[in-house]
Amino acid sequence: MAEIITDETIDYVSILAKLKLTEAEKEDAKADMQKMLNYIDKLDELDTSGVEPMSHVFSFDNVFREDVVTNQDDRDAMLANAPLAKDGQYKVPKTVE
Amino acid sequence: MAKQYETVIGLEVHVELATKTKIFCGCTTAFGGAPNTHTCPVCTGMPGSLPVLNRQVVEYAMAVGLAANCQINQYCKFDRKNYFYPDNPQNYQISQLYLPICHDGYIEIETGSGKKQVRIHEIHMEEDAGKLIHDEWEDCSLVDYNRSGVPLIEIVSEPDMRSAEEVTAYLDKLRLLIQYIGASDCKLQEGSMRADVNLSVREVGAEEFGTRTEMKNLNSFKAIGRAIEGERARQIELLEEGKAVIQETRRWDDNKEYSYAMRSKEDAKDYRYFPDPDLLPVNISDAWMNRVKDALPELQPQRQERYEREYGLPAYDAQIITASKKMADIFEETVALVSNPKKVSNWLMVETMRLLKEKNQEPEDLRFDPENLAKLIRLTEDGSVNSSVAKEVFEKIFTDDIDPEVYVTEHGLKTVNDDGALEEVVCKVLEENSKVVEEYRSGKEKVLGFLVGQVMKAMKGKANPAKAGELLKKKL
Repeated sequence: MAEIITDETIDYVSILAKLKLTEAEKEDAKADMQKMLNYIDKLDELDTSGVEPMSHVFSFDNVFREDVVTNQDDRDAMLANAPLAKDGQYKVPKTVE
Repeated sequence: MAKQYETVIGLEVHVELATKTKIFCGCTTAFGGAPNTHTCPVCTGMPGSLPVLNRQVVEYAMAVGLAANCQINQYCKFDRKNYFYPDNPQNYQISQLYLPICHDGYIEIETGSGKKQVRIHEIHMEEDAGKLIHDEWEDCSLVDYNRSGVPLIEIVSEPDMRSAEEVTAYLDKLRLLIQYIGASDCKLQEGSMRADVNLSVREVGAEEFGTRTEMKNLNSFKAIGRAIEGERARQIELLEEGKAVIQETRRWDDNKEYSYAMRSKEDAKDYRYFPDPDLLPVNISDAWMNRVKDALPELQPQRQERYEREYGLPAYDAQIITASKKMADIFEETVALVSNPKKVSNWLMVETMRLLKEKNQEPEDLRFDPENLAKLIRLTEDGSVNSSVAKEVFEKIFTDDIDPEVYVTEHGLKTVNDDGALEEVVCKVLEENSKVVEEYRSGKEKVLGFLVGQVMKAMKGKANPAKAGELLKKKL
C-alpha cells in the first residue's frame, strides 16, 4: 500500500516549493499526490529484476561543448527579464546569511 | 583525571577549474568583469535554455581523480540539488549525487609519526553560484551572476584527519597535485580553492564519532588552523558542561576567532535531488580514461626527486622550489638558459622568497620572464655587475619584468673594469684615510673592509669589490 499523504506532508511540500495553498487547493493536491503514489505502487507490481534503472529517456550520451568562449556581453538583454535591476545587477529582497 | 579528547576532521574542498568557459555554456570564466557581463540565458536560469557540458571539465575532474588514486565511474550523470536562494537563478544547483565521476581514492600525507593515507570518499562536478552584495542604501540585495555556472569539483574526504597539522598537510598535497595538473590555480585567498571543515570530538579510545559541525568561510591555511583549534575547544567545553553538540553549519570569523551558527538558507534542509533531465549521461570509455591517465604530467614528488638527481639540488631547496608549480617552471626554464642550477635556485630561494613575503604575494603571482633572470645571472658571472647591484636589478625584474641588460646600461650600473679609474680612486681613498692606513700597517688587517667600502662609495657601487680589495692590499 502506498504511503498516505497527510496534511503534514502537504504543508511540508508547500514550504519546500514556496507555495501558499488554500484549504481547497490542499485537498486537491492531497488527492493528486495520492493518485501518483498509488500509480507507483501499480508499477511496483511489475517484475523488473535484471532491468537496468533508466535515468534518461534518450538512448544517447556524451553530448559535449568544446571549451571555447562563444558568448559576448549580453547583460542588458539578460537584465531586461528581471523584475527589478540596479547598477547592472539583479535587485532582490534582502538576504541574510 | 581530565578526559582526553580526539579531534576527528573531514574536509569538503571546492576547487574552481581553470577552464576558459563555464560548465554548461560558452560564457567566459574570466575574473574582474563588470557585474553580469559574463552571463547568458543558461547561467541566469532562463526557462527553456539548455545546458551543454564542457568536455574540459570532465577531463580535469578525471585527471585529478586519477592522480588522487580514485576509481572512475565510467557511467556518470548530473543531478539537481533544489533550494531557493537568489545566488542560484535556477532554484537548483546542477551537481552529482548518485554517480559522481570519481570515488574511493586517497592522498598520502607526512605526519609527525610517519606517512598516512587520507581517504577520498568522492569527487564530483558541479556549478558555482552567483555573488550577492547587500545594498545598504536601499536595504536590498544585488546579484551578479558572472560566477554562476563556473565549473567546480568538490573533493570530499573521509573523516581521517586528527589535527590542524594533518589538515594543512592534506590541503597542501591536494593543492600541489591540482596545480601541477593545471586544473586550477588553487588560491585560497581568492576563493579558487575553498575548504569546509567537518569536525567532531570524541574521547580517546571511543569507537563512535561525536556529533559534527560544518565550518565555512575559511580562506587561508592559518584561518583553517585557528578555526579547528577554536571549534575543538568549543565542542569540548560543551561536552564537559554536559551539553550536547548540535549538528549545524557554522561560519568562522577569523577576526574574532570564533564560529557562529549560520541561519539556515530555508525552512527545511531537504534538497530533493533528482537526475537532471536536461543533461545526458557521461560515458567514459576505457580509451578516454587511459588517454587522460597517460597525459598526467610529472607531479610534485617526482619533480622534487628529479631536481635532486638531475641538478644536484639539496632536498630542502628542491622541496621549496617545487612547492609551487609556477616557481618550479621558472626554475626549469632559467636553468635551461644558464645551466647553473645552484645559482638559479639561490635567486629563487633567497631574493624571490624575500620579495614575495615583503609584498605579501604567493609564488603563483610571479610574473617575470625566466629569460630576464638568466640574463642577470650572466651579467654577474662575467663580472659586469656586482652582487649588490644585481640585487637592485633583480627587484626591478621581480616588479616590472625589465630586461637587465638594457636596464644596467641605461642606468650606468655596470661595474667599472677600467683599472686606471679604479687605481685613481684607491690612491685617493688611501690619502684621505691616512689614520686607517696606519692601523692596517700596524697589523689591524680587518680595517681593509672599511677601505673597500670607501672605494665602493666613491665609485657609486660600480666597482668590483674583490678587485678593489686586491689593489688596496698591493698599495698598502
